[in-house]
Amino acid sequence: MRLPAILDRKACAAFFVVLIFLFLLVPNARSQGQAVKPDSIGRAISPDSLSPDLYPQAATRVEAIDTPNDAGESISISWKKSIDDYDGGKVKVYRIYRAEVVNGQPGEFKEVGDIPAGHDKYSFQDGNTVDGVEYFYKVLAVNQLRENNIATWEAVSETLPFGPIKSSAQWFDWRRINAFIGVIILSFFIIYFIQQAKSGKELFIRKIAGMEAVDEAVGRATEMGKKIYYVPGLSDMDNMQTIASINILGRVAELSATYETYLEVPVCRSMVMITAKEVVKEAYSKAGRPDTFQEDQVHYLTDDQFGYAAGIDGMVVREKPATIFYMGTFYAESLILAETGNSIGAIQIAGTAMPSQLPFFVAACDYTLIGEELFAASAYLSKEPKLIGSVKGQDIGKGIMLAAIVIGIILETFNIWNFSRLFSVID
Amino acid sequence: MEHFALWLAAFLTLGIISFLYKDNAWYKLTEAIFVGLSAGYWFVTLFWDNFYGKFWIGKGEHAYLYVGAFLGLLMLLRLIPKIGWISRWPLSFIVGATSGLWLINYFSSNIMKQVQATIFPLFSSQYGAGFDAGAATVIGNLVIFLGTFTGLVYFFFSKEHKGAFGYTAKVGIWVIMITFGASFGYTVMSRMSLFIGRIDFLLSDWLGMIL
Repeated sequence: MRLPAILDRKACAAFFVVLIFLFLLVPNARSQGQAVKPDSIGRAISPDSLSPDLYPQAATRVEAIDTPNDAGESISISWKKSIDDYDGGKVKVYRIYRAEVVNGQPGEFKEVGDIPAGHDKYSFQDGNTVDGVEYFYKVLAVNQLRENNIATWEAVSETLPFGPIKSSAQWFDWRRINAFIGVIILSFFIIYFIQQAKSGKELFIRKIAGMEAVDEAVGRATEMGKKIYYVPGLSDMDNMQTIASINILGRVAELSATYETYLEVPVCRSMVMITAKEVVKEAYSKAGRPDTFQEDQVHYLTDDQFGYAAGIDGMVVREKPATIFYMGTFYAESLILAETGNSIGAIQIAGTAMPSQLPFFVAACDYTLIGEELFAASAYLSKEPKLIGSVKGQDIGKGIMLAAIVIGIILETFNIWNFSRLFSVID
Repeated sequence: MEHFALWLAAFLTLGIISFLYKDNAWYKLTEAIFVGLSAGYWFVTLFWDNFYGKFWIGKGEHAYLYVGAFLGLLMLLRLIPKIGWISRWPLSFIVGATSGLWLINYFSSNIMKQVQATIFPLFSSQYGAGFDAGAATVIGNLVIFLGTFTGLVYFFFSKEHKGAFGYTAKVGIWVIMITFGASFGYTVMSRMSLFIGRIDFLLSDWLGMIL
């Protein structure tokens, strides 16, 4: 076949020079990375036409480890930044790719995340792994031009794959060792003082004004021949405040049974209803008046917060109880309840550990158990060694905390040691 | 239908607000609807979310759901008086398991984090910064330290509040009460906004007086 006239010897020579140049250029480009098609169409420049200068140097020292102190399903990848990663440098973003192991070799790599460039240290947590499955990882340093949030071209250099690595769950989260030691110390003191109380040693508990008033409040209802209301709050039996409230309910029920005063307990959780019924029934038996216990003394209203508040409000204004107890977890309904009780002139004793609701109870009730007083109250009322010992043990814990705060502040004020680190915990 | 719902909502809102005047038949009706409807709503929600949504659908995949179902079944034994006492077992399980599960969380959030947040250099902006803090920062730091210290002293139950200890506890309860005062004012304002929301509904959505 005859070549066109234009392809004379000189033209052929020039053509071969270009070919040789391209041959030399392509391996150079490969050593730096490979071009990938941009993630858009339109004005995208063909990767083949990118200048080799646009390709960044790849990241180095890629390492992947099973994320420590976790519940599994996570691998942490770290790498050293590319030398082209600086302000205005070629690296704009790093992309992390993962491949499962197939016959001992990495299979198809898929992107699992990216991190913008511009940091000194890089690490990425792949939280989407399957425990026991082996993976390879590689990191791509990407140079790109973005217009209107769309990449018009990208030049990519990648590291060698690192692996195989697999994720697993750990038994212990060592970052929480300080909390563990703290719990052990606190538990030791609680158990120690419970044993002391059990062995007959008398442990002192100071007066709690709200609890001192329980007898008076029940007595007042008896004198007036009116009901006592006991509202155990909104939470279920999985809340410590409700459990403390149920303990106090036992004492109130025992007194009301002794004085033959009707006690009504409207609840908003089925589990609380069952527990409260058991406790009230037992208290009536303990007081020697099991015959006066009525099943519907403890009754369910609704699970809804404001439905519960509206129901209690209605009952309070119609039946005008002489005494109302609010003990447990309360939210926005606290003031609605306490104000209504106040408006009918009932003596009101409240107790909660909800800091945002305490001001309302303090303002509208006669007595308020503030925070931990609610938990200490059950020990105060029952005089049970277990509870009293526990209160004493917790006081020792508070003493240790106070000492830690004072020592820590001195050390940090005079720049001796960053003491607060000891109390650093993760969520 | 939408019009009817709007009028019904306005009727019920006014019924609840009428309680501000005094207990009346309108409020009683509204209260009964609210309590009854919400109780029914929660029953249906819990049935479909928990029993059907979690247990019935997920029981094939997660065998541990049978444990929850079994404990739930034990609760129903209360309906048979002779063996009703067995229903205490699931209750014990819930109380015990919850206490154990929450112990570390409460210890971390209510003790460790609080102590950590209270330990700071009194006269500098951060640890290692020397004595660079301004007067306002120093006063703020002292208030936090002394407030926390005295507040904690108030919550000691195994020692009588007498003498220096008693005075410290008294300062603590004052700090607590001042905090409550500030919190009270803040929350009252947020309740006002809730009330304004209902008035806004009546005046704009219902009566169309505010455009």
